[in-house]
Amino acid sequence: MKRIFAALAAALLCVGGGATVPLPDGKQAIIDSDAIPQKLSAFGLFPFGPEAPLASFGYTLRTPLFSDYTDKHRFVSIPDGKKAKVLADGTIDFPVGTVLIKSFGWPDVNGGRPVETRLLIHRASGWVALPYIWDADGKDATLALGGRRVPVTFKSPDGETHAIRYAVPNKNQCKECHSLNGAIVPIGPKARNFIFPIETKRTRSVYFANPEALKPVIPQWDDPKSGSVAMRARGYLDVNCAHCHNPAGSASNSGLFLRWTDDPTGVNYGIGKRPTAAGRGSGGMDFAISPGDADHSYMIYRLESTDPGIAMPEVGRSTVHREGAALLRQWIAQMPKDGQKPAS
Amino acid sequence: MRFHSLALPLVAVMLAAAPAQAKTIEVAAGGADANEKLQEALIVAQPGDVVELGAGTWQLTDGLSLDVAGVTIRGAGTDANGSILDFTGQQGAGEGLLVTSDDVLLTNFAVINSKGDGIKSKGADRIVYHQLRVEWTAGPKETNGAYGIYPVESSDVLIDSVFVRGASDAGIYVGQSKNIVVRDSIATENVAGIEIENSFDADVHDNVASKNTGGILVFDLPSLPMQGGHNVRVFDNIISDNSTPNFAPKGNIVASVPTGTGVLVMANRHVEIFDNVMEKNGTANVMIVGYRYAHKDAKYQPLPRQIVVRDNTHGTAGFAPAFEGGAAIAAAFGGSIPPVLWDGAGEEVVVLDKVGVLSLNLPDVATPRSEAKPSPADLSKGTPPMALPGITLPEAMEAKVK
Repeated sequence: MKRIFAALAAALLCVGGGATVPLPDGKQAIIDSDAIPQKLSAFGLFPFGPEAPLASFGYTLRTPLFSDYTDKHRFVSIPDGKKAKVLADGTIDFPVGTVLIKSFGWPDVNGGRPVETRLLIHRASGWVALPYIWDADGKDATLALGGRRVPVTFKSPDGETHAIRYAVPNKNQCKECHSLNGAIVPIGPKARNFIFPIETKRTRSVYFANPEALKPVIPQWDDPKSGSVAMRARGYLDVNCAHCHNPAGSASNSGLFLRWTDDPTGVNYGIGKRPTAAGRGSGGMDFAISPGDADHSYMIYRLESTDPGIAMPEVGRSTVHREGAALLRQWIAQMPKDGQKPAS
Repeated sequence: MRFHSLALPLVAVMLAAAPAQAKTIEVAAGGADANEKLQEALIVAQPGDVVELGAGTWQLTDGLSLDVAGVTIRGAGTDANGSILDFTGQQGAGEGLLVTSDDVLLTNFAVINSKGDGIKSKGADRIVYHQLRVEWTAGPKETNGAYGIYPVESSDVLIDSVFVRGASDAGIYVGQSKNIVVRDSIATENVAGIEIENSFDADVHDNVASKNTGGILVFDLPSLPMQGGHNVRVFDNIISDNSTPNFAPKGNIVASVPTGTGVLVMANRHVEIFDNVMEKNGTANVMIVGYRYAHKDAKYQPLPRQIVVRDNTHGTAGFAPAFEGGAAIAAAFGGSIPPVLWDGAGEEVVVLDKVGVLSLNLPDVATPRSEAKPSPADLSKGTPPMALPGITLPEAMEAKVK
């Protein structure tokens, strides 16, 4: 009976909610174990197909990471009776046994069915990242530890058709982005960016010890009403770059730090920063950000390239995010050329 | 292959955290999914395991990565009959192979034509690079990747018997690391042959750095997490004919290296350059300079300090000085400038080699080069810094290359 309810709930809530029911017997034990199952179905998270997993709740982000124009469907499964806690720095401490579930697809590929689903599982030994690719019949998904290139053709919002070999990341690449001091951590769900698409006080209080701390402050990158160009650009950089570009991340050696909390006027934010190990990524330019001059800011050059020797981010992007780059261009263009203080 | 068990459907494979008995995972080039199998082997390997690459060529479309400590990647050779990781068709990732775990040995294979860096290791302590070839096979081109062999943010780094050619930045680049040995290696036709940057305690010895733009560079740059580079010894190297026109993408610091530079020291403390053979370097066999770009880093030290140049063998040098005004100075000196060039700023710069030294007599890094007043200088009177003790690496690292 519960399962039928879950199916109904899944259908009703669709992308937004997930289904608030317990996992089938024994499945939480697999989540908690060291198992790396070959098939996604082993976790019992998707009894009704790829669209709506059994999850505690779904969530979205004010400003998401760009991943080749995929629609991402995000869910969290928290073990019964446990709660997540928002920490002082805005990160969310999920209890052991939590699974973050993220599915990727395009509305015009496979009828909108996900192409891949990534799990981030909090085990006693730490977080584990596992990529699964949905089988052709859409009934189950298969582990892709080594990653894979999947040919897809889709239209971006501006109507342009893209035929790309979409990269499903391998397990190590998951960690490249999800790494903090060498350990895997969640990136997306942070209080400053996290929103429930379907607001229920119950969800908040059932799954969060301190739900009042979930206060998103990052503007919506593509909604001018939500913040100034500079603030939206900073939000975009935080979400798209700062998981590596922070002092404990994969790009720590670059000295380019783009967190929401970093000083947006400093050399270490890219303003007047010379290339360190950029190689061809410099594009023959002197500075990551040349105030007032986006065409001579190699941050833009790298974001607008798909050449692996140039492109940033290094992982997870085979197309250019035109709209995101346009926002950053606007931000840089607004900076006064002489003073190096960006408009706020 | 042991990891075939992973292919069994619905079997939850237990990957025990405790090191099981070390095993060898053999992977073969060619065949369907050869690339995925290689990457999977690098993922399922356990500490102590050897991932053994068969002879042949992998045509890779994505970067490879290793994040398991204590793993060895061993190939069947670095030449055309060996194990070749060919990234000519690479579509993603900033490097060919990325290592992010400790105690890794990379040996006896080749990485060619990666779109970005060749082999990068980050936060990978006690890494050993041994008998490797990293090459951009079309030779010097601005479109080549930046670094060939690129350890960064690591303690205890050994680079031994590698060959690197064609890097558009540095062939062998060690950045923001400590306790480093680069030896018995060949760096040719790169912009910088070997570069030690923002690093502490390094020995660079018994290498051949030839036909690069600059042979061996010891640099320190501002606004980086680790800076204040110091204690670097460059000795027993052959540094010759570094004559390849600079092909680095503009903006990168090495794009400013004059063609024909042998050893270049910029903004470091305590660097010893001795017992090298240096010849046919058209700008200078040894150049000692400050960091002359504007910066806003109050903690940064832009001057070279405690530098000693002694007991080197100098062949011809200075016959084609590739910096602004160089030709005029050479003409004034009868065709060639002296083999050692100092910009004039810095502390305790001592040159004991019995060759001429040209000083540009710039009193500090703020004085523009246009105000240079070049003249011969005698730097032999100063007291060299106390000799550095030399680098000792953990015995387990040395044992891996014996």
